Amino acid sequence: MLIQQLINGLILGSTYALIALGYTMVYGIIELINFAHGEIYMCGAFVGLILVTVAKVPFIPAFLLAMAAGALLGITVEYLAYRPLRQSSRLAALISAIGASIFLSNLALLIMGAKPYTFPSPIESKVYKNSFFVISRVEIIVLVSSVLLMIALTFFVQKTKIGKAMRATAQDRDTASLMGININRIITITFAIGSALGAAAGVMVGVYFRTVTPTMGLMPGLKGFVAAVIGGIGNIPGAMFGGIALGIAEVMGAAYISSQYRDAVAFALLIIVLLFKPAGLLGTNAQEKV
Amino acid sequence: MIGPYYLQLLILIGINTIMATSLNLILGYTGQLSIGHAAFMSLGAYGSALVTLHFGFPFLPSLLCGALLAALFGVIIGLPTLRLKGDYLAIATLGLGEIVRIVFLNLEITGGAVGLRGIPKKTTLLWVVLAVLFTVFILNRIIRSRIGRAFIAIREDETAADSMGINSTYYKTLCFGVGAFFAGLGGGLLAHYMRYLHPNSFGFMRSIEHLCMVVLGGLGNMWGAFIGATILTVTPELLRTVADLRLLIYGAVLVLMMRVRPQGLLGQPLRNGIPLLGRFFQQARPKL
Repeated sequence: MLIQQLINGLILGSTYALIALGYTMVYGIIELINFAHGEIYMCGAFVGLILVTVAKVPFIPAFLLAMAAGALLGITVEYLAYRPLRQSSRLAALISAIGASIFLSNLALLIMGAKPYTFPSPIESKVYKNSFFVISRVEIIVLVSSVLLMIALTFFVQKTKIGKAMRATAQDRDTASLMGININRIITITFAIGSALGAAAGVMVGVYFRTVTPTMGLMPGLKGFVAAVIGGIGNIPGAMFGGIALGIAEVMGAAYISSQYRDAVAFALLIIVLLFKPAGLLGTNAQEKV
Repeated sequence: MIGPYYLQLLILIGINTIMATSLNLILGYTGQLSIGHAAFMSLGAYGSALVTLHFGFPFLPSLLCGALLAALFGVIIGLPTLRLKGDYLAIATLGLGEIVRIVFLNLEITGGAVGLRGIPKKTTLLWVVLAVLFTVFILNRIIRSRIGRAFIAIREDETAADSMGINSTYYKTLCFGVGAFFAGLGGGLLAHYMRYLHPNSFGFMRSIEHLCMVVLGGLGNMWGAFIGATILTVTPELLRTVADLRLLIYGAVLVLMMRVRPQGLLGQPLRNGIPLLGRFFQQARPKL
């Protein structure tokens, strides 16, 4: 029972971690809570759904195309809603982000209608059992692809030249630009990568829970942000850790405390962490941010 | 005299003005970014509705009970969370707002997910107008007093305020308590007007709505909060003819507003070439 809950938490947590990565990367670079990120996650799920059901695209290309669409949307939002406000107050940018979020979720509501859609299972469902736990094929796919995406991201940020430029921009934007880094390009790339990961999480959640709705972005968006803060915002390993910790805490809370207070667990955890370690669990004062 | 539709609109404008001015005290004057204001409103609404339903309190004492309950929570919530700054405070208040909503959703006494029904209708336009005047009068007196100057000092530079002998923790908690009191008052009025309460109507989006009213009108300006509340209450009604596009336009307006006039309609003028807002939010930047 306990091992089963841990596995469920791990799967849920890995989707939170993917969402949290988008928040944390953007926050690391421009110190903005990208409220529209939850909507990008929702749009990713819808693009995946439409490609699979209407265009009959196989699952893996559909998944990649959904990520590309998410990236495109992220870049567009940044260009239209955040870039003009780069020099103004952070509250203005925050309000603009909230506006973008309301706009996108209502656009989806207008186009797709309020009724939930069922995501078809991409593969025949098969369940693997042993004496400790039960895991389905879909769950394995969600877990494996999240881990692969996180490894790819870590490699990108740590080993490539663009990744290095991103880390430099996060540390000090002005100095980075003096060193010949094109800040606007780096910000665009950051939004593209973060949004692609968010869209990937959207498709995975669609496959995992089998439903897609225009309002699905709000709660996971908030929780993804909570995960990023728990891990230490601006910190990539922190977001992964925070997401998984949040997923496990939520599943455990639902199983052993009360399933009705499931959503409260996440926010209670957030407040406890903020009170004792305001910079997050993995955050330090002189940490590296991206 | 006035039709029921316009009456409802006026009452909602009044209640939203109370919400916006009380948030303005916290955000505009003291510089603490709180996005859980709807939680205080729901505490006031449920508090006053429950004492009316269970103990048969008259209107005014029940409003007072709701407001005091909200103020109590404001102080209890404020004491630990006000140690946080800027974005972190925002997230913590957001989290607390969600927790309050979820607790109300699961409590027996609040009717849970069914909602609380059968609250007697006692709120009239006169009561709302009196409550707005009371709120604006008290908040104005506070802002123009020694306490208000302490609030503004904290907004401008907390460290400097501390070193001038202002007990910033005390004043921030006081500000939260006062803000929550009036938010609770607004909630109580709403409860006795709508006659039905559901926890989900006090969610995250409601807090955001209050935030937008204050920002649209202009931070740190009492008239601004009133104008912001009026615009954001009336605009959705005007857009009702294009009901499907209503929230879409609402979102777009927020984005455009921030591009065109980020300091809000009645925002304070530039100081030393730096917008006032930019100043205190830069200062509130968390040190990572």
